[in-house]
Parts: sequence; structure tokens; C-alpha cells
Amino acid sequence: MTQIKKKINLRSDVMNQSTGQSWVYSDIVKDHFFNPRNLLLENPRTGEYDAVGEVGSPACGDVMKMWLKIDKPSDKIKDLKWRTFGCGSAIAATSMFSLMVTEGDGLKINQAIKIKPQDIMKRLGGLPERKIHCSVLADKAFRKAINNYFRDSGQPDRIIVESGRIIDKRLNITDKDIEEAVLEGARDLAGVQKKLKAGVGDKEAIPELEQLIRFYAEKYYGKE
Amino acid sequence: MAPYFFEIAGNPSALHLDGRKAKNALSLARQKVAKIVNADPGEIIFCGSGTESDNLAILGVARFYKSKGNYLISTNIEHHAVLNSFEHLEKKEGFKISILEVEKNGIINAEKILANIKAGTILISVMYANNEIGTIQPIRQIAKLIKKWKADNNRGPLEPPFFHTDACQAAGYLDLDVKKLGVDLMTLNGSKIYGPKGVGMLYLRRGLNLEPIVFGGGQEKGLRSGTENLAGIVGFAKALGLAQKNRKKETARLLALRDYFFKRILKNISKTFINGDLINRLPNNINVSILDIEGEAVLLYLDEAGISASTGSACDSSRLEPSHVILALGRPYEYAHGSLRFTLGKQTVKEEIDYTVRALKETVEKLRQISPLNIQIRNKQTLVGKKVFIQSGRPHWERKKLSPDP
Repeated sequence: MTQIKKKINLRSDVMNQSTGQSWVYSDIVKDHFFNPRNLLLENPRTGEYDAVGEVGSPACGDVMKMWLKIDKPSDKIKDLKWRTFGCGSAIAATSMFSLMVTEGDGLKINQAIKIKPQDIMKRLGGLPERKIHCSVLADKAFRKAINNYFRDSGQPDRIIVESGRIIDKRLNITDKDIEEAVLEGARDLAGVQKKLKAGVGDKEAIPELEQLIRFYAEKYYGKE
Repeated sequence: MAPYFFEIAGNPSALHLDGRKAKNALSLARQKVAKIVNADPGEIIFCGSGTESDNLAILGVARFYKSKGNYLISTNIEHHAVLNSFEHLEKKEGFKISILEVEKNGIINAEKILANIKAGTILISVMYANNEIGTIQPIRQIAKLIKKWKADNNRGPLEPPFFHTDACQAAGYLDLDVKKLGVDLMTLNGSKIYGPKGVGMLYLRRGLNLEPIVFGGGQEKGLRSGTENLAGIVGFAKALGLAQKNRKKETARLLALRDYFFKRILKNISKTFINGDLINRLPNNINVSILDIEGEAVLLYLDEAGISASTGSACDSSRLEPSHVILALGRPYEYAHGSLRFTLGKQTVKEEIDYTVRALKETVEKLRQISPLNIQIRNKQTLVGKKVFIQSGRPHWERKKLSPDP
């Protein structure tokens, strides 16, 4: 029995045998999770920040809120504070995002808007696949805050419009549902159909569906 | 169980000496287990896991007795081994299933089961104790009501409906006497009683029949083919014997610890709610929902402190869906996301509970500082119904359910 004991693997990490992916979080994720950067500690005074944005819902298990300070002449982000309700990766992703937009002198708004979830993931040293959707809220919360800033600072023409549009009329499936399906791992029409049954009843929706899947797959995972 | 890997390694079905030794060991284990559950050795079928035992009971009875009817009854807090078997029978084999909702305390109303029995009902499956919230189901009462229904409807003891219970969680703490319980089939396994993994058992009352789900050399009276996992079975019989021998003493010890744990959590952490009934509950189960924070994040902090716990949050499951058991209690999704389960065991002592509560309190304080939520619970109105917190969009697990099947 002693011989058997010696051979037992005592490493605490676990790999998915078919994908080689780690089950557990990277050291960077852990660092940001246990030592979050730019966390909003005290409730802010009125007017202390230039804009606030909140996305998600407690029912879904993720809520993210961001507070921004923006230097109007240079259009740069001077400060970003946040609070997040969610799992380890949601917290780490917000923390990393806050670091990315405030690094150095602070990013220009136009640059910050371009940060994709995959950029955050890369900086975090990767996330387990089933956790990818958790990192998406950071850029969404930021866009919401920045739209509020545009609205309040007299730049309504810069507001980024995003609305749920019905694609599959039979099942009332919107572009947002498709976005979510892509985030949950679907990469092509067959994958999205499996998740949403989209386009099964409404054949006319298929061309647009395919276009959206390509768009979101590229947005979150980059060009193949 | 160690000698049965190398020294007594024969195949129990073989005629040679090694085979006979193995067969004797198998018979002995069967007798032991049968005695513990107050059954005949012939009523014990060994198999590969609790899951397989549940599958065999449900698929086996449903398929064998389908000429007598096609209604099946269970509850919405069963283990997936039961729920997914039911779902399969409904979707692929044309059975009609009723998944009855438990009360807010996580316990099924026995009368509700009675009210749902029809002439064509062939099987009722209710777990003895729940694996997530530890609630103990009124098995004896349900069995009595089924018997009464059978008597009123001129059904003999060998005619359906039959009553199956999954007793895996109960094995270390509750009475497993099948005669007293009044069940026709009962599932047990090794892994919940400090026994080996990969061993399960099904008690099948004499005279009842099953359609096997595994075919081969006809072991276990043809109901579960495949060479018996002798070492595992011997270990399981031993573990079950020990668990049942110590169960009263261990129950008393853990009850005090469990109630102390609950008291300490409620006292130290605000906005905390106990999931499941406090009285009819296994002595080793703690399950609470802590508002404004998410369970997976708590687990990571606790793991760092050397504490193993689990959560019903969607974030922690591979399917990204919140626990069906916590949702069955009729509370909002928020409660499932913030739910935590701690399991006490043989080695647990009071100091560890103090340590855990301290670590939990620190973790909750830290995560609440990170969280933007501050759910107000003064107004009870906001806590009724699953959907009160949904501001926009519908959670993806609900949407999946709305999509029709291909």
C-alpha cells in the first residue's frame, strides 16, 4: 500500500482532460479576487464622480456598478471605481478592467470603449471556459457609465445605442439572446440553435442569425 | 476490504476455490446488509453507485410494469439521479410524470402524494433525506397512505403503485428498517457513509420485478449483470454496519454542533436565512442563504482558509443554473446564488465550527464591501416569488426551459 500511496497525485489543480484547460483560477485572477484594485470603499458624495453605470441583475447572479471621473479637455479616464456582486471571475475581471483603463495617464474614452472581454481575459491569464460570460459585464457596465457621461456632459451624439432587436419572430429571440448564447460557448448556427432553438421555426431569420453570430464571436473571441 | 484486491481475488461466479472464497465473502456482505435494513439477503441487489441504484429502481419498475399504467410520481427536490430518470421516461418512453412541489420548509406533504395517485400510477419515488438541505421526508407516512390507497382500490401488495426511496443521505443517521419504513425499494450507497465509492445497493421487496438496465452474465439474479465489485461490496457492508451502529450517538453529538453552528451564523451574520426545516433535518447538514453576496466567491475565500463548503449558486455549477432544491423552497433566485452548505462529519469538533464562523463572517464582510447590492428585507413583499429581482432580461436558465424541444 505504501507504494500506491506515493503515486497519488496531490496537486490541487485539475485539468480538463479533453481541452487541457484548467479548472481553477490563474494566480492573477486570484490576486485580483483577493486584493481587488480600485474598489469603491466609501459611498460617494453627490457630484464626486462624473458618471455612474450599473448592469446585471441579482436574480442572474451578477451585478456590476462603476463610478467614473473624466477629464473633459483630454477626454481621458482619470478614475474608475467599482463594486461587483458575483463570482470570483466577475470580481477579478472588474478589478482588472479598472486597472486597464486607468493605467498611466488614463485611457481616452474611445480607447477604453474598445476593450473587449477577451482583452480582460488575456490580462487575467485566462479564465475557465464556463466562466467567460462573467467577464463580459465589465465592458457593459463601463459603456453604460460612459453613455451616462455623454448624456450629462452635453455630448448626446456620442451615445452608443444598443437595444434588443427581435431576430427570430416565432420565439421572440433578440440579438441580446444570441450574444449570450455566443458567450456561453456557441460559435456557429448549429451551436446557437442548440441553445436557443433560434431559426428553427423562423427560417427567414437564419441569414441575420449567422451574421450576428459571426459578429459576436469575433467581438468576444477575436478573429479565428 | 483490502484482502479482496489480491489475496481473495477470485470471481464470485467461478467454481474454483478462489471463486468460492469470493462467493462466500459476497454472501456474507449481503447477509450483513440485509440484516441492517431488516430484509432477506435475496432482496439485496448490489450495483455500481447510488445513481445506478436509483436508475435501476425507476427505469426498472416503470418498464416492467408499464402494462399496468404509465403514471410516475416524485418531488421537486430529488437528486438528479431520480429527476433525470423521470425526465427520460417522460421524454423518450411516453410515461406521464408528476413532480410534486415541496412545502416552503423543504418537506413534501404526504397527503399531496396521496391526492396525486391515480389508477395508472405504478411508481412513487421520494428521497429519505435531501442531499442539499438535509430535510427528512415523511417516508413512513407516505408509505401508510399508499397502503391505504391500495387497500381502498383492491390492490394487493405485489401490485403497483410501488414506493421507492433514495436513502443515501440518511444512511449514517436514520433508521433503515425497510419494514418499518414501509418501502418497496430502497437505494443506498457507500460514499455517504465513509465507505468506498463505486458501490450502490438496491433493496427490492420479494415478489417485485424489474427490467434490468445492464445486460450480461446474469449476476445479481439477472437484475444487474457484471462481475461484482467484491472489495467495494465488502467495504460497503462494513461501512454501513459501522454507520448504523454509531448512528444514535453520532446523531446526538452532531445535533448539538449543528444547532450551535446555526445559532452562531445567525448571530454573527446579518441577512442570513436557514434553508429547509430545522427540526426534520439531518444532524450533519447546514444550509443558509446569505444576501448581497454570491456563493462561489465565498467558497473561494473559505477554501483559502482551508474550509470546504458548497453552494447552490448558478456560478458554481457546470450548467450555470441555480440549485433546484433552493429554488424549490419558493424563494427568489438571489437566495440560491447566496446559498452555502456545510456538512459536518465524524471528525468535526466545536473549535472547527468557531473557526469556520469567524472565517465566514470575515469573508461576508469583505464581499459585502465589494458588492453593490443592499437588499432591503424589511418589506416582506419584495421577498415573494422568484422574479422580484429581475430588472431586465430573463436569466438564461429560464430561457432555456422556455425553448421547445426539437
